[in-house]
Amino acid sequence: MQIVVLVKETFDTEAKITLNNNNQIESRGINLVVDPYSEFAVEEALRIKERLGGGKVVVLCAGPESAVTALRHCFAMGADEGYLISDPALTKGDQTTTAKVLAKALDKIPFDLILGGYKSVDNATAQVCQRVSEILGIPEVSVVTKIELEGHKAVVNREIDDGFEIIEVALPAIFSAQQGLAEPRYPTMKGIMQAKKKPLQTWNLADIGLSADEVGSSGAKVKVISYELPPTRIAGKIIEGETAEAARKIVHLLRHEAKVI
Amino acid sequence: MSGVWVFAEQRNNKFRKVIFEMLGEGRKIADHLGEKLSAVLMGTDAGDLIDVLAANGAEAIIVVKDENLVQYTTDAYAKVLAKLIREQNPSVVLFANSAIGVDLAPVVAEKLGAGLVSDVVEVSYENPLVFRRPIYAGKAFTRVSFVDGPIMITMRPKVFAAPDPKQGCQAQVVRRDGDLKPADIRQIVKDILRRVSERVELTEADIVVSGGRGMKGKENYQMLEELAGLLGGAVGASRAAVDEGWYEPQYQVGQTGKVVNPSLYIACGISGAIQHLAGMRSSKCIVAINKDPEAEIFKIADYGIVNDLFKVVPAMTEEFRKLLAEV
Repeated sequence: MQIVVLVKETFDTEAKITLNNNNQIESRGINLVVDPYSEFAVEEALRIKERLGGGKVVVLCAGPESAVTALRHCFAMGADEGYLISDPALTKGDQTTTAKVLAKALDKIPFDLILGGYKSVDNATAQVCQRVSEILGIPEVSVVTKIELEGHKAVVNREIDDGFEIIEVALPAIFSAQQGLAEPRYPTMKGIMQAKKKPLQTWNLADIGLSADEVGSSGAKVKVISYELPPTRIAGKIIEGETAEAARKIVHLLRHEAKVI
Repeated sequence: MSGVWVFAEQRNNKFRKVIFEMLGEGRKIADHLGEKLSAVLMGTDAGDLIDVLAANGAEAIIVVKDENLVQYTTDAYAKVLAKLIREQNPSVVLFANSAIGVDLAPVVAEKLGAGLVSDVVEVSYENPLVFRRPIYAGKAFTRVSFVDGPIMITMRPKVFAAPDPKQGCQAQVVRRDGDLKPADIRQIVKDILRRVSERVELTEADIVVSGGRGMKGKENYQMLEELAGLLGGAVGASRAAVDEGWYEPQYQVGQTGKVVNPSLYIACGISGAIQHLAGMRSSKCIVAINKDPEAEIFKIADYGIVNDLFKVVPAMTEEFRKLLAEV
């Protein structure tokens, strides 16, 4: 079984977001990590491989050169090999172009199962896995919290608004990971050492058979006009007094001042 | 291209509140463009659902009743909806940013080669239309527009205003066949596990009572559930609490987890890590209860109580009980 995991590199969730002088998101000085949702998918792929007692976990990323670090982190967790699609023409793309690039790369990488994060913690568009499924013509289930393989099919739990659906699909298929699927492991020292030797291939657009006008800002259907920060919240009142008195005061304020009760 | 469509998802012949919010904003978009507002109803032709769509502003309702659409599956819904859009060429299609909308909209968009802007929280009436959406779970926002159509968006619940329903409104009802075969559907739904809780869903709740590391253990969430139950709200948890195994991951509020925007957010024993604040900072009113006066959460809370939550929460519950008994 070869499992391909779509991986995104992003800002650490501890990062404070600011805008630079050009009103773009400031990335200088920010620690980059594997997106937490991608990481759930990597962890689940490793666990499936361990349960089956064999197979291969391949990580695939479309992103800047810096994303090599994210892929090496996946290697340190236990992934076997990786591909990075990196090209200057990819900038300012949207989800249509990202899905196009990943699907094209997947024409060259064999897979029995594809996993990815259902969204990312940065743009959180929650679109890429579904779009890739459509391009590749394989079934998808999104927002998945459990995967059980039974031969050539899988039974998965999909989180819905008021519970879970239990869904069966034939493989190959693509599942997008929700939190709760698999808590990521920390790489071991041995894993970190081995990560340096694992095969990592970098491809540009020509390598996957795409041209610059199909991707990035030329291929995008939506474009970002501007970025802005939310209005700042300021500290309000501290309610003084003993427990019973404070409880009385806060309930009174919520009804008569904030008017939310 | 002409027409603004609201994809009126239903489960068990019921609409979630967000469908009315979409009809409310959909009406504004339709008026701005000078086009007609339609709703698409799939899997049922229940008369009361058709009436309520008409009462909330839909001028036309496309009804697709097919036994293969009773239960939502990605393949069946995407196939039917993409076909309808190809045939009728609406300029705008609105989805809910719900379990169904999040799953379905990208597949439909990809079938049409269209863009999709998800989790929209504001529409700017410019030419072309501009959509505002959070990034980094609300630590920042971005404004985006479409290079070409159709415009497809998913809309966040609880941010747009629902219209005042006008009873007795008539809408043109267009009935279509799904034209589906079971073989078209690759996702086989074996079972649905619904939460038995009577409580409102976390992302739709007007009041959220949330607990963090200060809760000290799983068993203490009973106290928050009692308060949330009394107020008709939902219970959430911080990442620290979920990591400890005290509460299920689907109730985690934060940059990983759910983003909530209730009228009232009561944070109990939550320190206020930046990743948690991202998930709740758009709440209208924030109350923080924490023993540590230096906790970050107090910097964004409208009201703070520096005290032991195990004393304050039961006392507040009692006060709320008295207040609610008055009316």
